[in-house]
Amino acid sequence: MVYLTRKIEFSASHVYHNPALSAAENKRIFGKCNNPHGHGHNYRLEVTVAGEPDPVTGMVLDLKDLKELLEREVMQRMDHRHLNIEVPELAEQIPTCENIARVIWSLLDSKITRGKLYRVRLYENDDLFADCYRNGAGALK
Amino acid sequence: MKSDAVHLELGRRYHFAASHRLHNAQMTEEENCRVYGKCNNPHGHGHNYTVEVRLSGMIDPATGMISNLADLDAFVNERVIEPFDHRSLNEEVPVFQNVVPTTEMLCIEIFERLKSFPHAKLEAVRIVETSNNSFEYAGE
Repeated sequence: MVYLTRKIEFSASHVYHNPALSAAENKRIFGKCNNPHGHGHNYRLEVTVAGEPDPVTGMVLDLKDLKELLEREVMQRMDHRHLNIEVPELAEQIPTCENIARVIWSLLDSKITRGKLYRVRLYENDDLFADCYRNGAGALK
Repeated sequence: MKSDAVHLELGRRYHFAASHRLHNAQMTEEENCRVYGKCNNPHGHGHNYTVEVRLSGMIDPATGMISNLADLDAFVNERVIEPFDHRSLNEEVPVFQNVVPTTEMLCIEIFERLKSFPHAKLEAVRIVETSNNSFEYAGE
């Protein structure tokens, strides 16, 4: 098995606010991230696909296909957008790294043309990220 | 999507600077010098360590989080950053009076210090010692 990873970056704004909680609770739990005007990040996304290289092309997956898929599903949907307001998949949830990674996984999983989606890693900044794996697949150590 | 269809981990990186000396009192001076090279310098030397902590768990639907970062940061700061930052690992961290403070052993020590985190399961501790060397421990 070979693991292929492609990285992209996108910028987006968001706000953490749970309407089921009081204003004071929102402030206590989410701190600065609860600022109603929102704030933004340069997100870094690493998508890893696992597979056996094609004996003819030597590729696990044609990177051009992956590049186009990421452009269509992630960049057009999230880049320079407000995640709470403009991304319907995130509308009913807090757009944390964990939830964004999970949404990106579900957007990509059935559309990988060769090999299998192995990991989606989303960095909010250098010191904070979330990893999404297929349950039971185990982590790449 | 079913919540059990995927396995999610939260990764957080912390930073501290510390000195150490690689020296095993049970070996001769020559052996120490041969095994540890420059790292055996009796005056010690230091690194800017990056500690990556990865945790798994269910996302709390109310917060969207596996673990509240403020809770995790407080836990790691109290157990690792405060006792290690700007210290001599050999002199000031008791376990390293008997254990050579290689970054392998540092990974294990930090994993042991963090595995009781109450809000999520500790999956792994990865330490970047320099831009060329990193180490990871995921328990037994």
